[in-house]
Amino acid sequence: MTTYLEINKKQVNEEKWEEPFYLNMGPQHPSTHGVLRLFLELEGETIVNCTPIIGYLHRGVEKLAETLNYNQTIVLSDRLDYIASAANNTAFALAFEKLMGLEVPRRAKLLRTIVCEMARICNHLLWLATHALDIGAMTVFLYCFRDREWLLNIYEKICGARLTHTYVRIGGVRQDFTQEIIDELYKFTEEFPPRIYDYETLIDVNRIWLKRTKGIAVVSAEDAINLGLTGPVLRGSGVPYDVRKFRPYDAYGEVDFIVPTGKNGDTYDRYRVRMEELRQSNRIIRQCLDKLSETEGEPVLAENAPDLLIPEKVRKPEPKPVPKKGVIFKGEEVPVVPPGEAFASIESPKGELAVYVVSDGSGKPWRLRVRTPSFVHISAIPFMAKNHLIADLIAIIGTLDIVLGDSDR
Amino acid sequence: MGIEKDTIEIAPGIRQVPGTPVVISPIDKIINWARAGSMWPVTFGLACCAIEMMATGASHFDLDRYGIIFRATPRQADVLIVAGTVTKKMAPIVRRVYDQMPEPKYVIAMGSCACSGGIFKTYSVAQGADEFLPVDIYIPGCPPRPEALLFGLLNLQQKIKREAKRWGFWR
Repeated sequence: MTTYLEINKKQVNEEKWEEPFYLNMGPQHPSTHGVLRLFLELEGETIVNCTPIIGYLHRGVEKLAETLNYNQTIVLSDRLDYIASAANNTAFALAFEKLMGLEVPRRAKLLRTIVCEMARICNHLLWLATHALDIGAMTVFLYCFRDREWLLNIYEKICGARLTHTYVRIGGVRQDFTQEIIDELYKFTEEFPPRIYDYETLIDVNRIWLKRTKGIAVVSAEDAINLGLTGPVLRGSGVPYDVRKFRPYDAYGEVDFIVPTGKNGDTYDRYRVRMEELRQSNRIIRQCLDKLSETEGEPVLAENAPDLLIPEKVRKPEPKPVPKKGVIFKGEEVPVVPPGEAFASIESPKGELAVYVVSDGSGKPWRLRVRTPSFVHISAIPFMAKNHLIADLIAIIGTLDIVLGDSDR
Repeated sequence: MGIEKDTIEIAPGIRQVPGTPVVISPIDKIINWARAGSMWPVTFGLACCAIEMMATGASHFDLDRYGIIFRATPRQADVLIVAGTVTKKMAPIVRRVYDQMPEPKYVIAMGSCACSGGIFKTYSVAQGADEFLPVDIYIPGCPPRPEALLFGLLNLQQKIKREAKRWGFWR
């Protein structure tokens, strides 16, 4: 495809304006969910071609990770997909645990599962709020944020942060839940399903909602697989692929839940899949809470979990250890990370999130690669937006549920 | 003074004659008072902080009660909230959005990234929004809580109210 600069030059030189109309959408646009820029080729109001231009939020996270310790890298993972940070933390921690050969205690696994599913609910609520707001339903936005705020308050009680909580650590979690948090979560899981019903009464059979979502951006199962889509977008096309079922990590192997799928693969089906996932997440949290009482008093961090700082070389005990104050090393020999490579993938709320890490034996990752769902989903926009109106492009961006921090890294 | 006896002070330096729609005040004070009560930020999210900015505007924290309403276009906005990491690719666009805003305009740097670059000291990140914008209020935090953003906006209101020599002077 010719770039916009060449096209502009051509139009000015030849003074010929019969060519299609070119339009830039973004990066400052309220409904592109961040700083996505789309270069559109239009015929009337129909999209002939669409080129996504990304990189406006490229922060060099992968490069930065090479200069940080493994534990410090988890802090960076919060800022990738900042809507569901707990899922990102878990993906990083799983990869590092595989590398170091750590076994996570069962209670920590349950706590991680709870936190991940809370992140899923947070993410889907925010998705519903912004997606509905873009299409024109204001009330849903306010309702969703009301309930999201409740979850964020629980997060605050768990770890002190609302959005970027580095709660998941390598080898477990930072601290145990208090009884107050468990009670609050029980209350939440009881009151949340009726609230999902509330949102559905608002938009499920709303005539405008149906017109804007039914038959928009239809992706067949074959196309979805070929495009590399994962997560609710793939399941909306009828493919029951879910990492939680196929390669269970944490405590997903022992909880009971179903993977909802759609039929037609249009925007409405994807909306239905996500609403059903909210209910399933609620169920998972409930089951994990029940199981928590079985593991009362067990540790939440593996015994051989690394300290917050990993030295670059093997530290020999010094002849006269004089640790003054603020000791992090006990003066003992700390095992460093063995050389090797590890891969872990999880089902983040947006799709399959995979982390590949290579270690050269020092305390820092030699190379860290993150496969994020948003990046792949953005590449599907040109396919999905073809022969749709500009107004439908908003719905397509919304239904893919992209976050630019996740995509640009 | 007779004015002070017969009038009520409705805001610092602004007095109303009771029972009448008459207000007695220096012109810059009353304009500042009116402007501080209707700051319209532009809807411009960059990264993580934008989510907290949305949460501040939504049901729980409700910015509308301060007269702060998000506008989608910079041409109708007074305040630019730089919410998130500004990369080197994004900086010219942020500057262009700022240039499109009509005077008087204010900039709030929200979050550590916009204040100083934060944890992202890499090749692609501008180390702070003040490298290319005149920032009025800095809000630290990663991301700042909605209360912190509210505090920053209220501080900006105070700053606007203190302004002098912008209005009512023939120069």
